Amino acid sequence: MQPVELPDKIHVGPVIDPGHSLASVSDKVAGIVLKRKITLGWVFGLLISFAILQNLMAGATWLLIKGVGVWGINIPIGWGFAIINFVWWIGIGHAGTLISAILLLLNQSWRNAINRFAEAMTLFAVMCAGMFPVLHTGRPWLAYWLLPIPNTMGMWPQFRSPLLWDVFAVSTYLTISAVFWFVGLIPDLATLRDSAKSPVSRAIYGMLAMGWRNSARHWQRYEKASLLLAGLATPLVVSVHTVVSFDFAVSIIPGWHTTIFPPYFVAGAIYSGFAMVLTLMIPVRRFYGLDDIITLRHLNNMAKVTLATALIVGYGYTMEAFFGYFSADTYERFMIWNRMTGPYAIFYWCLILCNIITPQFLWSKKIRTSPGILWIISIIVNIGMWLERFVIVVTSLHRDFLPSSWGYYAPTVWDWAVYTGTIGLFMTLIFLFVRVLPMITIFELRMLLPSASVKEPVAQ
Amino acid sequence: MSVHTDGEITLYGLMAEFETPGQLVAAARRTREAGFKNYDAYTPYPIHELDAAMDLHDNRVSLFTLIGGLLGCAGGFGLATWVSAVAWPLNVGGRPLISVPMFIPVTFECTILLGGLTAAIGMLLLNGLPMPYHPVFNVERFVNASRSKFFICIESTDPKFDRTLTANFLESLGAEEVAEVAE
Repeated sequence: MQPVELPDKIHVGPVIDPGHSLASVSDKVAGIVLKRKITLGWVFGLLISFAILQNLMAGATWLLIKGVGVWGINIPIGWGFAIINFVWWIGIGHAGTLISAILLLLNQSWRNAINRFAEAMTLFAVMCAGMFPVLHTGRPWLAYWLLPIPNTMGMWPQFRSPLLWDVFAVSTYLTISAVFWFVGLIPDLATLRDSAKSPVSRAIYGMLAMGWRNSARHWQRYEKASLLLAGLATPLVVSVHTVVSFDFAVSIIPGWHTTIFPPYFVAGAIYSGFAMVLTLMIPVRRFYGLDDIITLRHLNNMAKVTLATALIVGYGYTMEAFFGYFSADTYERFMIWNRMTGPYAIFYWCLILCNIITPQFLWSKKIRTSPGILWIISIIVNIGMWLERFVIVVTSLHRDFLPSSWGYYAPTVWDWAVYTGTIGLFMTLIFLFVRVLPMITIFELRMLLPSASVKEPVAQ
Repeated sequence: MSVHTDGEITLYGLMAEFETPGQLVAAARRTREAGFKNYDAYTPYPIHELDAAMDLHDNRVSLFTLIGGLLGCAGGFGLATWVSAVAWPLNVGGRPLISVPMFIPVTFECTILLGGLTAAIGMLLLNGLPMPYHPVFNVERFVNASRSKFFICIESTDPKFDRTLTANFLESLGAEEVAEVAE
């Protein structure tokens, strides 16, 4: 690895390589889609991902034939992998919206190079997430019962239930993320339409661009709509994981019934999401030679957000343990003690290692700007955040109030099949995305260039 | 610096090409000051200075979003209330049927959903998109509008438009090239 020269400044290097011009950034990003040959590495990666995706097909098929009994869930642990993975995937999605919406409102221009990719990640992660509650019902063909649709049974959903709130929150999140993403894509699709040589790609991108012609009158409304969408998506992203945490916090199960859950879940979501952005971006910038656009400064900034959210999550864990003790409630105390020393103690301590200890390395600027080490840390954080959801779901449920109804949960091969299958789906979609759509927002990249700023000639 | 003429064509307008955003903003301002109404600038990225230079202040997207958001808010709360109090009333220990705090999450999500959709759809409709054909694409160099170049097009429908005078005017703005746009 190249030694990194660090200037004595807050920022590590520029947000975009100074050698770039309006034409060169356009050609570079559009060229990845339009000109680059299909490489063996990409085909190999897609095939592997697609092979893993078959796990989902097998797992879901068997589940539908036999019912949810093929999973490891039981009473008392009725939630298991389905909810663990649902929360994990939804959390991963949150970084995309944070980068595209909140950082837009905060005027953080460095986000311009990574928002498209992060939003795509959001969309794909929410797709994976949405599958779990539906499969968890065991009878997905009745999933419409979740929606307030007039039906022959004359029944309606319960609007006081967090599980129904979840339906509204997640479907709104998916819709708004998709809309935001597509609105952001329109000008870039126009760029692809105008640069494409083959009539087929010109026709496809042309249809998708809907006749966008870069008119100043259009841009003015476009910018307004983007800002409004960002303003709406910001409270939305906070609300989604808050509602997810309500699934737990509104119940009376020890370890779940706490007011700290909403902020702690939102921070955890952003934490895991940024880790996933790093996990995906570091290889992509290397394989597609994008280190002049996704610079070390981006990695450094993302690592800082990861560290900050790691500390919030760490505070959450500490408070959970403290409340367990301080509540003087027998069941709360037992739950925390059982979590730390019971049958699942190994998961708890691994989670502390992954989520609290590992990110402390990010205090070092040297590590924050070493892509390789950062990538390994991001993988560890992803695992840690999955363990967190496992610990929250399983340890609280398996030993609650009545020792006579205690139980034990272990996932079966079908749990793993569906879980790994969604990872395959996610990776397949990412592989397809980087080849058919510009993975960097080209028009926003242009705005980062020094030559893009307006210097009016002196009037004669 | 020359005016291209492609024989006898119906003219949509005259298009001038500029090299830098600074030249474009200055040119757009002078076009407006010269009294032209039907003209537009085309830029590869949004230039906020143009809003002042071209006097652009269309706030209808915000208005649509507000209306959409309010409708979503009322719709979400109305749905929850109607379902819980009229269509499927459940008396749980005498608790109120219209339990306002529990209806807030759905109300909130519906507000965001409709607000966001009207923002996006409103923007597209006000911009007249999707638009399968537009004359500006008849100019060969216009493909650069989505890449690296800046354009101003004065349309023939403008009352002040005159084939020669307007071409001269655009050239006087420092345009690289002035082209006729076929209808």
